[in-house]
Amino acid sequence: MARRVAIVGTGQTYHRSQRLDVNGRELISEAVIRCLEDCEVSIKDVDAIVIGNMDHFESINYVDAWSVEGSGGHMKPIMKVTTGGTTGTSVAIAAYYHVASGLFDRVLAIGWEKNSESDTSAAIITCSDPIWDRFSYAGAIPSLATEASAYMEQYGVTQEDAARVAVRERAHAGNNPYAHLRKPITIEDVMNSPMLAYPIKLLDVCPRTDGACAVVFAAEGVAEKIALTPAWIKSTSVRHSTTWFGDVDYNTGLVSLTRASKEAFEKTGIRESVEEIDVCELYLPYSYAGLKWIEAIGFCGPGEGPRFVSEGNTDMGGKLPVNPSGGVMSTNCIGATGLIRVAEAAIQIMGKAEKRQVPDVKTAFVTGFGGCWWSDAMVLGKKKPL
Amino acid sequence: MTGESKEIELLTNDSGTLSMPYEWSIGKYGSLFFKYLREKRRFLGIRCPRCGKVMVPPRRICGPCFQDLGEKDIVELSDTGTIMAFSVVNYPFIDPATGLKRPIPYTYGYINIDGSDNIFSHVINGTDETKIKVGMKVRAVFREKMEGNIQDIKYFEIIR
Ligand SMILES: [Zn+2]
Repeated sequence: MARRVAIVGTGQTYHRSQRLDVNGRELISEAVIRCLEDCEVSIKDVDAIVIGNMDHFESINYVDAWSVEGSGGHMKPIMKVTTGGTTGTSVAIAAYYHVASGLFDRVLAIGWEKNSESDTSAAIITCSDPIWDRFSYAGAIPSLATEASAYMEQYGVTQEDAARVAVRERAHAGNNPYAHLRKPITIEDVMNSPMLAYPIKLLDVCPRTDGACAVVFAAEGVAEKIALTPAWIKSTSVRHSTTWFGDVDYNTGLVSLTRASKEAFEKTGIRESVEEIDVCELYLPYSYAGLKWIEAIGFCGPGEGPRFVSEGNTDMGGKLPVNPSGGVMSTNCIGATGLIRVAEAAIQIMGKAEKRQVPDVKTAFVTGFGGCWWSDAMVLGKKKPL
Repeated sequence: MTGESKEIELLTNDSGTLSMPYEWSIGKYGSLFFKYLREKRRFLGIRCPRCGKVMVPPRRICGPCFQDLGEKDIVELSDTGTIMAFSVVNYPFIDPATGLKRPIPYTYGYINIDGSDNIFSHVINGTDETKIKVGMKVRAVFREKMEGNIQDIKYFEIIR
């Protein structure tokens, strides 16, 4: 039987497009130090470390060992986890597994990326099959654009519908001092931004960010002594798909997200997700995901995403605020991105979110998304799970 | 030493542009696909006896069923298909295969090859997004001298 586990501390860098003043290790150390200060845990008391970033982004192998001076992992058990876009949520889930197993009491999870150090599209293209897909594949944007074009065709969704999501994310980012892009934008701004890959325009898609995030997971009995309000992990779910882009059915939606959300909700007894969840930190790398993927989670029916969003349900003060942090479209240091979702959800439960705090959060929902359409999901709660 | 350095120039080092070549195995079924493409100018797929789905390119295992597939399961398909999704790529990026900027614009397309149940990713000729629609029929155009790689298919052209 798994032990109960809670998040007791979080730390992030002030995310920027390029941090020339630090190398990768130094960037990592900023998040780790902030995290340990947040929960007043000494690096000596950290039993193990899980760290992750994107393959090929900085061209560094053995990041677990390479980063030791920045992670504080000298002479500690360290594991590197790399799963593409989901790296950050995988790191979190792996840290959770470590503690839940009973073998470790306090585990430090770290996600980081120096996106500025390579051509993001070239690095991402190396995730595609070298024989069949790499010749035509152009990185994340066109692959998401193909999904968007099929979705628009299926439900008559417009570019303006998607722009509304981009406007929300940026409005929320204004409340988050750590976010990379914080300037408010309008639907018109999105519509007038350069077309990158139809129907995705510059302001429909996430930026490239240098940044890091760190989170401490602690076991029941330890967590309560560290944090006044630990953020308990109520459930996690991981669903991976096949490796070829061609095996995805673009008309059935993001099946991995539907399955992962369903399992995460069932494990913790959530039946009416919109009613029972107080805040979400969703991995939405582009605006159309803010419509289609909330349908995949089940917050509304197929094709109902545009109305659900335009009615203000997902805004701050709405029925189900999504991404008070500003989300992925405001900050995307990829290896850290999923972990930032987890950290931000924990911050909401702990009541430490300051200007971006949603009142009285009892249950928070987190998702991660990765490359060949796979998904992670996590439910966090204020009440210790039964 | 010098105390707090305020005006220091922040340096970077670049890796240079040398490429690092690899040699990837295509496997037997993939090799058969390219051989058939060269000789017959038709696609090959493979039918999973468990779920009944025809997948292109042929592969040794059906992922969802974890079912081993045999050469007897290989089926001949045509050279035509339907656009399931597409995107006109309009932004500059480095092609990791060459280390050079990939020529843009070009149209990335997901094609459902007739007789198959999944999607084949490739390039569609034409970059005017107002003239390309999901559901249009396309035909593969092959290059003269086939070399046994994905670029033996030059592109898919819209036929209606
Ligand atoms: Zn099968």
